[in-house]
Amino acid sequence: METLSLLAGGFALAFTAQNLMLALIGCFIGTIVGALPGLGPSNGVAILIPIAFSLGLGPIPSLILLCSVYYGALYGSRISAILLNIPGDDAAMMTCLDGHPMAQKGMPGQALTLSAIASFVGAFIATWGLVFLAPQLVKIALLFGPAEYFVLYVMAFATLGGIMSNNQGKALFAVAVGLAIAMVGSDSQTGSQRFTFGQIYLFDGVSFLVAVVGLFALSEVFYFLEKHHSGTRGDAKQMKIGKLMPKWSTIKSCIPTMGRTTVIGFICGVLPGSGATLGSFLSYSLEKATVDRDGKSFGTGDPRGVVAPEVGNNAAAGGSLVPMLSLGIPGSGTTAILLALLLQLNITPGPLLFSKNPDIVWSLIASLFIANVMLLVMNVPLVGIFTRVLLVPTRIMMPIVAMISVVGVYSLSGSTVDVMTMVGFGLLGWLFRKLDVPIVPIILGILLGNEMEVNLRRAMTISDGEWSILVGSPLAIILWAIAITGFLLPVILGRRVKKRMAAELNETNAASDT
Amino acid sequence: MSDRIFGGVGLALAIFYIWAASTIKLTFMVDLVGPRTFPYIIGAGLALTSVYMMIRPDDEPDWPSAGGVMEILAATVVMLLYGRFLPEVGFIVSTALATAYLTWRLGTLPQWSVVVGASTSVGIYIVFHLILGLSLAKGPLGF
Repeated sequence: METLSLLAGGFALAFTAQNLMLALIGCFIGTIVGALPGLGPSNGVAILIPIAFSLGLGPIPSLILLCSVYYGALYGSRISAILLNIPGDDAAMMTCLDGHPMAQKGMPGQALTLSAIASFVGAFIATWGLVFLAPQLVKIALLFGPAEYFVLYVMAFATLGGIMSNNQGKALFAVAVGLAIAMVGSDSQTGSQRFTFGQIYLFDGVSFLVAVVGLFALSEVFYFLEKHHSGTRGDAKQMKIGKLMPKWSTIKSCIPTMGRTTVIGFICGVLPGSGATLGSFLSYSLEKATVDRDGKSFGTGDPRGVVAPEVGNNAAAGGSLVPMLSLGIPGSGTTAILLALLLQLNITPGPLLFSKNPDIVWSLIASLFIANVMLLVMNVPLVGIFTRVLLVPTRIMMPIVAMISVVGVYSLSGSTVDVMTMVGFGLLGWLFRKLDVPIVPIILGILLGNEMEVNLRRAMTISDGEWSILVGSPLAIILWAIAITGFLLPVILGRRVKKRMAAELNETNAASDT
Repeated sequence: MSDRIFGGVGLALAIFYIWAASTIKLTFMVDLVGPRTFPYIIGAGLALTSVYMMIRPDDEPDWPSAGGVMEILAATVVMLLYGRFLPEVGFIVSTALATAYLTWRLGTLPQWSVVVGASTSVGIYIVFHLILGLSLAKGPLGF
């Protein structure tokens, strides 16, 4: 029960007026960001990190703000999925399948409430999972030496493409690009200048925040600029949400679904390389196979079909914090950005975090619980506020997003070179997206590159230059095995999963057209 | 074809990267591995994956028309100019201009673009500078 008393301590730290206020603001902004099509949790968190720094917030308040944004965005993404049939982010794609038909059947308010409850249940239970699983993982992680850490990073990169990856070659290419960028600047061990070409601007390396805001936020603006004719906005008629509370019997019929999909989602979140998108997809399709064997009601607005992907999505988000906090290995774009935040605050996640800064870990977890309750309150009675945000056309929203990202980057350093570099990264992000080169591995490469090299060099110093140390322990060999399986699995399975997902989407679209 | 070209560019970059890595100055206090090894490994990875893209290209991506490409490039130039002249012109004026441009290109009518630009700029100034106290670029006019 040591865990529970630590958690209570976390609550004591999180319950200050300032922190609660920040959580409230974070949840609010997060839900809006999530609701806007095209902007997901990673964009929201990326834009807000520099702003949190410029405000001079301490580690705990910044974490509370940004984690609230993270959870909020996951709640928000369902709003546009249900009302407009446009997913707020990738993970909400499956919510469209039954959420939108349910809205068309005249029950948009009930679909929104039901999915908010689903999000709450998924995230709430997953946060408990985090409370109990993370300390166990820490015990394993304490056995890691530099060599194991190096292999762990290799594993993180190899599995990052994930089961949904189209082209593992391109995912690896993106990793290499990220690592290559990370090497720029003074070498941490010898002080030699690397790839700086005499430019003073590069001596400290490429700023991670500049890269992340450019790649995530600004590239989105370029993407919209290209597609501006198909600009999306809801009309006022679609925003009428009607009755909010579903019948108790409806909620009750969803309870078994919630239980099953929480487990699926959480596991997907914890495992490397799967994450929220797979969590929501697996939840939906397994639930369909379990409760709707004839395939009659799913896809036509079945409440259980609304609940399943939302639970899976949010449970996966909670699960993905487990490896991030206990091993320092993020499994998704958003957790990578949260990791960046920790590193910028001079906090190194991983096993030592739990022993050295337990206050940070536990107040972070406590704030997740708080954010979750706030979000449930915000998303059920007050959902009307957020649907109104969808009335703001993209052509106005996107430039505002671009400018706020600039404000964050500029106010942090006061450097115009940073702003221009960010624009460069934005263009690069657009190009990579067009060519189907994933962006998250680049981010992770920039973020973890130096740590990875340091561990390699430490391991080699210990082994006196023997490369065999990298396979020198059972732990290292297990990690290699996971890395190789995780890298090859998408090549074998990925196409099938993708095909099934596409088939599922087509089938339902065809059904709703007729 | 796009992937082949992209792979070619990647390969050229990888060769340049490996060359640049070989020019890293070694100091007297070098550890066993030294500052060059890891960059060599990355360069090799970059080269291999680039070659892979050249040999096994994906389907052609859905490129925008020439006009679409110009649109993106023009926006890039506007944003670069914005970044360049931010401290000289001041936050409010430059942000209003850049926002107006972007929203106009995204389909807002010209006269409304000016309104959207000005109100976005003033709105951000009020929220982030006056309320939250972030330091934004001061121009000759002081805002």
